[in-house]
This record gives sequence, C-alpha cells and structure tokens, in this order.
Amino acid sequence: MSLFIKNQPRAFLLIAAIIWFALYKTLEPLSHILVNRLALKPASHSYDALQFFLYDTPKVLLLLAGVVMVMGMANSYFTPERTRALLAGRHESIGNIMAALLGIVTPFCSCSAVPLFIGFVQAGIPLGVTFSFLISAPMVNEIALTLLFALFGWKIAALYLALGLSIAIFSGYIIGYLKMEAHLEDWVRNMTHVQATTGADELTLADRIAAGLNNVREIVGKVWLYVLAGIAIGAGIHGYVPQDFMADLMGKDAPWWSVPASVLIGVPMYTNAAGIIPIVEALLAKGASLGTVLAFMMSVIALSLPEIVILRKVLKPKLIAVFVGVVSIGIMLVGYIFNAVV
Amino acid sequence: MKHIKVLGTGCANCKSTMKLIADIALEKGVDIQLEKTEEIQDIMAYGVMSTPGVVIDEKVVHAGGIPSRDKISGWF
Repeated sequence: MSLFIKNQPRAFLLIAAIIWFALYKTLEPLSHILVNRLALKPASHSYDALQFFLYDTPKVLLLLAGVVMVMGMANSYFTPERTRALLAGRHESIGNIMAALLGIVTPFCSCSAVPLFIGFVQAGIPLGVTFSFLISAPMVNEIALTLLFALFGWKIAALYLALGLSIAIFSGYIIGYLKMEAHLEDWVRNMTHVQATTGADELTLADRIAAGLNNVREIVGKVWLYVLAGIAIGAGIHGYVPQDFMADLMGKDAPWWSVPASVLIGVPMYTNAAGIIPIVEALLAKGASLGTVLAFMMSVIALSLPEIVILRKVLKPKLIAVFVGVVSIGIMLVGYIFNAVV
Repeated sequence: MKHIKVLGTGCANCKSTMKLIADIALEKGVDIQLEKTEEIQDIMAYGVMSTPGVVIDEKVVHAGGIPSRDKISGWF
C-alpha cells in the first residue's frame, strides 16, 4: 500500500476518492435495509432512532475522515513556520484577516499555543495580528465545521465559520488598537528578534498523502467516541424527551441573560471541538436555541482555564483579562445575532 | 551515544513521542540519552514553534506532532 502511494500518488488519490464517494452514496439505502432486517415497525420511535443512528454514525465518520485527510494534506503546505513568514511585515486589518484565515489551515494544538505565540511576536508580527491567529486557530477548525455540517446542515456550519472568523478578526484588531505590547512578560519582550524564514521543506505528493493518512489515524482515532456519543444522545432522545425541556432556560423565550450565562459557564471549561458535540446535540434536541448553544460551544473551545494558565507565562494579567474579555463579548454578540436571525 | 531532547509543554503528544523514541531505540539497540525539556524559555531557544519538537545532539530534527516510526528509525 505505502509502495503504491509512493509510486502512484495521483492514482491512489483518485481511487480513494471514488471508494469514498461510493461508500457515502450507499449509506442511506443500506441503513434502511439493516433496520428492516430487525423487523421493527416503520415510523415507530425505535425504528426512527435506530435508522438515525445507523445512518448518521457512518455518515459523520466518513465525512470526518474525508475532511481530515484533505486538511492533513493542506496542513503540510501551511506549517507554522510558513504561516509566520506570510504574516511577518503585515499591518493591522489585512494582517488580522489573513491571520484569522490562516488559523483555519495551519495545524494547531492548544499545547503549542505559547511557543507559537512567542514565535510570532519574535518575528515582529503585530500583537493584534498574533491574537487573531490565536483565537481563530482552535475555534474555527475543520473538525468543528465538519461536525456542524454533518449534524446540523451547511447553513449552521457557514454561519459558524463566518462569525468565528469575525470574532477572531475584530478581537485581534481591538487588542492591537489598545497597544498592549507593554503587557507582555519582560522576558518575551527582551528576546532577540528573529528573521521569519519558511525553512526548506520539499515534500512530494506521496509525503503529503502520508501526512493526510496520519492525520486521519490520529484525529478520527481520537474523535470517533465523542461522535458516537453525540449521535447516540441525539438518537436516544429522538422523540423520547419533551422537545421543550431546555426551552425555558436556553430557548427562544429564555431571559436575556441566558447567553452571557452560557458563555460564563463555558469559558473555564475545556474540551476539543468533538467533545462538545454530544452536549450541543443534546441541548438543541431539548429546545435550547441555536445562538445560545453556539455561544456556549465557542466559549468552551476558544477559551479555557488551562490555556489561560499557560498564557500567563507570557502575558501579564491585564492583557489576559483584555483577551478573555474581548473574546467573550464577541461570542455573546454572536449568540444574540444567531438567536435574532435563526 | 546520541543525546536526544523532546521539547514540549507536557501534553499527551509529547509523552507519546518520548515513549516511541525510547521503544524504537531499544528495538534497534541504539544507546541514547533521552530527556524532556518543558520550560518554555528553553523550548523557544531552539526556535521551535510547534510542539512536540525533537532535538538530537543540539540539532532540531522534528517539530509539530508525533513523528512517524519511519522518521524516528531514520535518526538511528
């Protein structure tokens, strides 16, 4: 297999794409056949729930594997070093927009947040632009977008993408405008300035495919359990739990403070984009409104206590407070806008 | 003897990287001295922006994500 990839990378991609597409197309009929075999009455609660589970689980996992594969290959073009070189010398505005966009495609793990932050500052990238990247990278990522798309449709995924990017761009812009460079820890400011270089990495297509496959193994291997839990919850309460269970607290007619309260609860919590999906599924199914739930989801992913503790090594308390404050306010606005529009 | 440092702030990936390197070195019978660098200032001194990073005899050979088995084997 690896020999085939090495010799015929294009053929491998083509065959993989065809198999993927064929599988995707057979899922729905297959799930009906499987459920019928179990001799449940069509249109009964258990029939619906089981069909939903049997169809949605492979669908979401297949979509996720496809997207993670493509993103793994894309990631190999956008190493942090290259992203840094692209951003060095950019000014505010354009820099903020580019940083937020690059945040989507640059591989990022929250444990790398601090080295990345310092690396950017060291190369002379403005503080506000650095923050735009740091906010966008964990929040607007392919896993969150794929799961939202697969479970709730493209409109919700597109809204999440647009509003997540807006939060990253504007929060970074505001932090840049406030000129908070003095609130970096002294040792960070005193570090020697380095030239941003891309570093020579001549990868072949076969290398990038290997990187993509590796990404699939690593991410889908970690995430499938959360996806399964999310879908099981969704299927389980399909018709069993009253639709308006959460409506009073987080629904359309909930008091105005339900959005800020959701964000306040979400900020200290941490889980990755996949881990939050079961909760989102459960809340939405029980009548919570979309804006409030998405605000909760964004605050869990974008801000967390562990991240704040790590960032404290490089930022003084005042800058941390501004960072958390600006991003939280942005997320709350998104919550209200979603609630008003949808 | 090779002197290997794994750079990382203590996430799960860094621990997996340590273990993988130790395992493969043992398999191949290569004598190594393995240590972990967690202090952020020391990590930055190597210019590594994405962790885990791997340094062999003071030279950065890998950054970002768990290195593949093949890549590690290539170092020995």
